Amino acid sequence: MPELQSREPLIFELSKPGRGAGTQFPPPVAGSAEIPAHLRRATPPALPEVSELQAVRHFTRLSQMNFSIDTHFYPLGSCTMKYNPKACNTFAMLPEFLGRHPLGPEPQGFLACMYELQEMLQEITGMQGVSLTPMAGAQGEFAGVAMIRAYHRARNDLGRTEIIVPQAAHGTNPATAAMCGCTVKEIPCDADGNVDIDALKAAVGPATAGIMLTNPSTLGVFERKITEVARIVHEAGGLLYYDGANLNAILGKVRPGDMGFDVIHMNLHKTFSTPHGGGGPGSGAVGVSARLRPFLPIPIVGKDGARFRWLTERDLPQSIGRLSGFMGNAGVNLRAYVYMRLLGREGMVRVAEFAALNANYLLKRLQAAGFEAAYPTRRASHEFIVTLRQESRLYQVTAMDVAKRLLDHGFHSPTTYFPLLVPECLLIEPTETEAKEDLDRFCDAMIAIRREMEQDPEKLSSAPHTMPVRRLDDVRAAKQLDLAWKPAA
Amino acid sequence: MAFIPHTPDDVARMLQLIGVQSIDDLFDEIPGELRAGVLGVPPAMSEMELGRLMAERAASDGRPLNFIGAGAYEHHIPAPVWAIATRGEFYSAYTPYQAEASQGTLQLIYEYQSMICALTGMEVSNASLYDGASALAEACLMAVRANRAANSRRILLPRALNPIYAQVARSIAGNQDIVFETVDFDRASGCTLLESLQPYSGQDVTALVIQQPNFFGNLEEVDRVTDWAHQNKILLIAVVNPTALALLKAPGQWGSGAAGIVLGADIVCGEGQPLGVPLASGGPYFGFMATRMQYVRQMPGRIVGRTVDTEGRPGFSLTLQAREQHIRRSKATSNICTNQGLMVTAATIYMSLLGPQGLARVAEASLRRTADLVTTLSRIAGVRPAFTAPRFHEAVLLLDRPVAPVLAALARRGIFGGLDLSDRYPELGHALLVCATETKLAADIDLYAGALADVMKSTRVAA
Repeated sequence: MPELQSREPLIFELSKPGRGAGTQFPPPVAGSAEIPAHLRRATPPALPEVSELQAVRHFTRLSQMNFSIDTHFYPLGSCTMKYNPKACNTFAMLPEFLGRHPLGPEPQGFLACMYELQEMLQEITGMQGVSLTPMAGAQGEFAGVAMIRAYHRARNDLGRTEIIVPQAAHGTNPATAAMCGCTVKEIPCDADGNVDIDALKAAVGPATAGIMLTNPSTLGVFERKITEVARIVHEAGGLLYYDGANLNAILGKVRPGDMGFDVIHMNLHKTFSTPHGGGGPGSGAVGVSARLRPFLPIPIVGKDGARFRWLTERDLPQSIGRLSGFMGNAGVNLRAYVYMRLLGREGMVRVAEFAALNANYLLKRLQAAGFEAAYPTRRASHEFIVTLRQESRLYQVTAMDVAKRLLDHGFHSPTTYFPLLVPECLLIEPTETEAKEDLDRFCDAMIAIRREMEQDPEKLSSAPHTMPVRRLDDVRAAKQLDLAWKPAA
Repeated sequence: MAFIPHTPDDVARMLQLIGVQSIDDLFDEIPGELRAGVLGVPPAMSEMELGRLMAERAASDGRPLNFIGAGAYEHHIPAPVWAIATRGEFYSAYTPYQAEASQGTLQLIYEYQSMICALTGMEVSNASLYDGASALAEACLMAVRANRAANSRRILLPRALNPIYAQVARSIAGNQDIVFETVDFDRASGCTLLESLQPYSGQDVTALVIQQPNFFGNLEEVDRVTDWAHQNKILLIAVVNPTALALLKAPGQWGSGAAGIVLGADIVCGEGQPLGVPLASGGPYFGFMATRMQYVRQMPGRIVGRTVDTEGRPGFSLTLQAREQHIRRSKATSNICTNQGLMVTAATIYMSLLGPQGLARVAEASLRRTADLVTTLSRIAGVRPAFTAPRFHEAVLLLDRPVAPVLAALARRGIFGGLDLSDRYPELGHALLVCATETKLAADIDLYAGALADVMKSTRVAA
């Protein structure tokens, strides 16, 4: 296992007045006297002054203090941390693509890629229209709910302001509904992880704008009664929103459009392997059924004869509008396009197949080692939940302790404490790109940790032991806020 | 198989352990009638084949000489910026929720926040938002939470603000009953005058947005505007260009400093793209946001704090997460989950390489080139500058004929001559927004001027 860098000073601590990466500076010009004195800065900003090598070394060392997919197995549930093919980045960084100003004449080569990407996403999801504009999953969600609201408003059905979400939903779902000016109604799940149908029937009515669902759900199981759920919501006059967080599980196996969904957002940074980049940029393309097409966020790529062009408010006067300064995260979309062409139709189906194979294999192995599955009667989708409720009672260890101890074994931890309704849970998603040997090594680590729980639980509660830092004082971080370095007065 | 490591033997052994016959059995919980047929997408391509297709498509888009700005600016990007930002350890890492295994990303964001505070003169910065336009939308929503003195949810947007920003603010914040009102600009100077704000004096207004330099490239009288806002209990949202901040007064210092009037903008946001992020057809970019410490709990997005570990060593972690969606759900400050981590990585490396001197040189050179461009183009018959205010690195030119055919003719010569404003600002007539940064040499400006002179000779003046 590669050792992580230990401490690296702040870049500001390497700074000395008068030092700089001179080859990067443009030649000096004669003054800027046009700026009136009262609009000028009195003192230069306190940016670091370092040589090029100092900067290169500093940031290279910082990179070496991270876990990443390229260096570590990252079974982070709900996040789909699969291999990010290098070709996606290389082709998206071709100089003509990088140098293109977004407001110039429409670039036909680039737009051809975007048009085909829209078509492929539409086909895969079984929808009737796609917009690539939303810049992240949360913005895709926002677009989806805003379209649902616009649809009801356009029909003069103004009382529909309630969004139903299952308890297991990701926190963005209720937050998005609130951002769209809707109120949120939460409904429970049954013991097998399905939506409680009776609760749903009781929840729908003339105020229902729609329901937001993830399928497979955040509990890692397929919602078997989805057709019934769709019928109940549609009959009540609401629309169905598909949260595409878990699309990797069903790619090529079942299409959200065929399940009855009216709108879907896709996380291209999950299913279509664009980089997570330490927390972004993502891309949250949305797909819609025919009745929501007029409301798609702009711009989208259209085709007049052989010529591609951006469709704007002129073409889609009922659009929910613009969500970004230009065309969304265009370069991320280009990476997703490259990935999809490399996979092709056969490769896409294999994504879901091998993601499911890896998840079910890992689940069985962990069960055999004594770990408790949260939904033991269910098939795992592309991910599954282990609950440590018994271990926490017997050995006073928490899911967080196991997560931290896994870091010492060279594995990024699974998602912890999500979904909130399963106690002491680990949400584990191996993805299709991990080899059996790596899954086995992970199981071995989990087995070793299990043994430690019984023999030396202190080793867990004080983990991690081999990282650049031990557990951090989050209370102090929030109470004694230190959010920026300040030059000495 | 593309990116799948399993051998047939692996598959057989795994299926056996699971206790099923085939991989397809793993999907037995999906009702049969819902199962998809063969997908109508093209077959797989090898990396070599696809490389060829992508190279052809890129080549067909060419490498035009670009004089468009309007919110996205072409600057030199030092080679180390993306060489380091695309290292797998940054590129393929997740959000730094497991702090101990993410100290690199966390420290980098802390350094980024420090640099944004230094540029803007503000006390706190978040870890970035999606882009400049959406950052303004979030700033408007934040202002409603932060300004307890106002009940109106009214926000004033100057017409001299980037019109796309105004549109995005309406799309995103409009669902929460926020009322946006437009404030006109002065036709002569191209700036937002105090006289046009005065009708709102004494009224219940939540926030005023001011862009410096404004969409036309003109420098606004930010001190007067800020004083006016604060005298009327209105929060001031500053939209700024980070390159310009190397020379211009930091928003944290805006205002006269007269006794009894609060100094500085309240929320500062803007487009981070000029800091080492390529134009790339409009994204991914990143939005930055900074504010006063007193409003930090109203700020959306991730924030990194410095703290200590159990052994007292310094370390970094995400903090104030109680504002965010995964904790507060429907009561969160925003539904945002991500920042633009990778772009922030690039920007932090960029700012470190340039430093205060380098960034000031970039700003000075851009200002100089634009001044040269305006002077040179204005010598052509039928071309003149639209406004009298001092400028940064953009300017509006007025032509004696419709702009679109002129731009189309220039594009055929490989020159992107600027942005046609006649649709969005019909009151200006045949207006063209141009920009030159440090990347434009004197020869480039001459090339543009020569081409424009030619084109002006061959296109007709409208009636």
